Amino acid sequence: MEFLKDLLAFLKERKKWWLLPLIVIILLIGILLIFAESSAVGSFIYTIF
Amino acid sequence: MIILGISAYYHDSAAAILVDGVIVAAAQEERFTRIKHDASFPTEAVKYCLEEAGVHLSEVDHIAFYDKPFLKFERLLETYYAFSPRGLRSFISSMPVWVKEKLFMKKNIRTALEAIGDYDRSKTTLLFPEHHLSHAASAYYPSPYQESAVLTIDGVGEWATASICHGEGHKISILKEMRFPHSLGLLYSAFTYFLGFKVNSGEYKMMGLAPYGNAQSEQYAKYQQVIREHLCEIKPDGSIRLDQSYFNYATGLRMVFDKKWEQLFGIKRREVSEEITQDHMDLALAIQHLTEEIVLLMATSAKELTGSKNLVLAGGVALNCVANGKLIKAGIFDNVWIQPAAGDAGGALGAAMAAHHIYLDQPMIEKESLDTMQGSYLGPEYSRDAVIKVIKQYKAVATEVTDLDALVANTAKIITEGNVVGWYQGRMEFGPRALGHRSILGDARNTEMQQKINLKIKYRESFRPFAPSVLEEDVETYFDHDHASPYMLVVKEISDHIRQDVPPGYAGLPLMDKLRVNRSSLPSITHVDFTGRIQTVDGKYNARYHQLLSTFKSMTGVGVLINTSFNVRGEPIVCTPEDAYRCFMRTEMDYLVINDFIFEKTAQPDWQSEDKWKEEFTLD
Repeated sequence: MEFLKDLLAFLKERKKWWLLPLIVIILLIGILLIFAESSAVGSFIYTIF
Repeated sequence: MIILGISAYYHDSAAAILVDGVIVAAAQEERFTRIKHDASFPTEAVKYCLEEAGVHLSEVDHIAFYDKPFLKFERLLETYYAFSPRGLRSFISSMPVWVKEKLFMKKNIRTALEAIGDYDRSKTTLLFPEHHLSHAASAYYPSPYQESAVLTIDGVGEWATASICHGEGHKISILKEMRFPHSLGLLYSAFTYFLGFKVNSGEYKMMGLAPYGNAQSEQYAKYQQVIREHLCEIKPDGSIRLDQSYFNYATGLRMVFDKKWEQLFGIKRREVSEEITQDHMDLALAIQHLTEEIVLLMATSAKELTGSKNLVLAGGVALNCVANGKLIKAGIFDNVWIQPAAGDAGGALGAAMAAHHIYLDQPMIEKESLDTMQGSYLGPEYSRDAVIKVIKQYKAVATEVTDLDALVANTAKIITEGNVVGWYQGRMEFGPRALGHRSILGDARNTEMQQKINLKIKYRESFRPFAPSVLEEDVETYFDHDHASPYMLVVKEISDHIRQDVPPGYAGLPLMDKLRVNRSSLPSITHVDFTGRIQTVDGKYNARYHQLLSTFKSMTGVGVLINTSFNVRGEPIVCTPEDAYRCFMRTEMDYLVINDFIFEKTAQPDWQSEDKWKEEFTLD
């Protein structure tokens, strides 16, 4: 939660809202990749790339 | 008020601690872990700082990290976006590190601190000053001045690659910034890479190689012209524009586009093991001269913007001692002071000082005329018991000489006899230079000493020069320099009266031939261009070393010694007495002096043949 609060405060301060979708996508892929390291999602990720 | 400063996760991790604004301790993590340029969280350095300050982690009020991770991430995303589709591979390889680690810096720092001890996250504020502000704070606050222009130049922080600030009282205002991808530090590193040295550590080798170049040669003139026409446009205020079609660092995994550079300069990129040719030396000289020109223009701009008579410097480029020497000689400022830990390690100290003076609004400490770095002897020192433990562990043979006069006289005599001595005393230095507490010493008058120390003790390239330590009161006798230079950050020419005539055509001689020519009555510290990287030694912070130099002078008439860092190539400078003894035994060093103990190599037991240090420490 603290991370999201800090991130939103940062984007507001810098007026860089356009980066938000990019960061969300990167974070989602990142979470998937981390999850994939120890799960069956691995093969799914592999096909994406 | 206790403030802990931290730099980590890029290169040269370090920690520093302030108690009520006074610098109590600072150290680089590499010294403890024995991994050169260690970038991991500085756990051992933090432990040491807390111990030195006599506090627990729970008593620390503020923790300052030396840059802003979100701002750095913003720069990465915008750079990849601007360059797309170029850099897709680099983007894919760099993002996992950010998503898993660097974006969650607060959490990482807290987790690392919790592993150290009784850390209470609810009681401690975590602060993130900007990278260049940390550098600026590390230069301005410990400097001897109450008002000063501040110039920081490095590879890149968040967006800034160089900044001009004005320090007044306890405030620093940022006046001007140069931004990524245009960077003097990265330009210098690009050439370091092209000439076959390691980026982020081989820059000082290229600086040492440059004087072998021939400034009168056609090649040198051609290289200068090519750099200016194709790579780097220099503006009147010292800012630069780099043609990104030749550079690959913004989005790639290498510094430059090798093929384009090879076509541009007409030479292949040098591999690490390849021989160094005159072309390489001329190219090193061309970029060195260009760097000096840019630093001087930036300093002039800082003068115009601030009107100050003082200048302080930090950032990796401030370790370019040759440029520093030219800057001082140019006389743009009456006084110049350079942070001894000018690289990222010093960011830990700067972050802590920025937190103290800017965030907490605390006034400057009365400085009189001295800086507050305490000679940069901010690291750990070890007791007599610690030395005795090492003696017992290795069954070493040592003589204890508790009378300082006798210890110093013995050591000076040993040096006059052509021996190389490991000199280990008191608190370890903070920053990349050994300043007489973790040093290897030799006789600067000895013509063989440069080759001997390079090849038999440091095991490094024979072209590399050695720096002199000189009694502060004698500096004008030997060098074209009349100021203190306690941190070995200034290269100046040697005095005319100690120079010797060189043969006709000297400038065009090949590297090894040039090296063999006797250039002065202090040949081992006189570089091929008649310069030396000066360390002046006074009696205030380094009484023992000052006494050693004075005693050596009374024996020989010369108050100068070779001073090189106590390590072998690729190894961090020694930290503990055990590191010192191991380094002593691995090399052909003749004597070792740890505190009051003198070790003679021939009296020591056989060293284990299984000690494979050359594999442990790779070439940097």
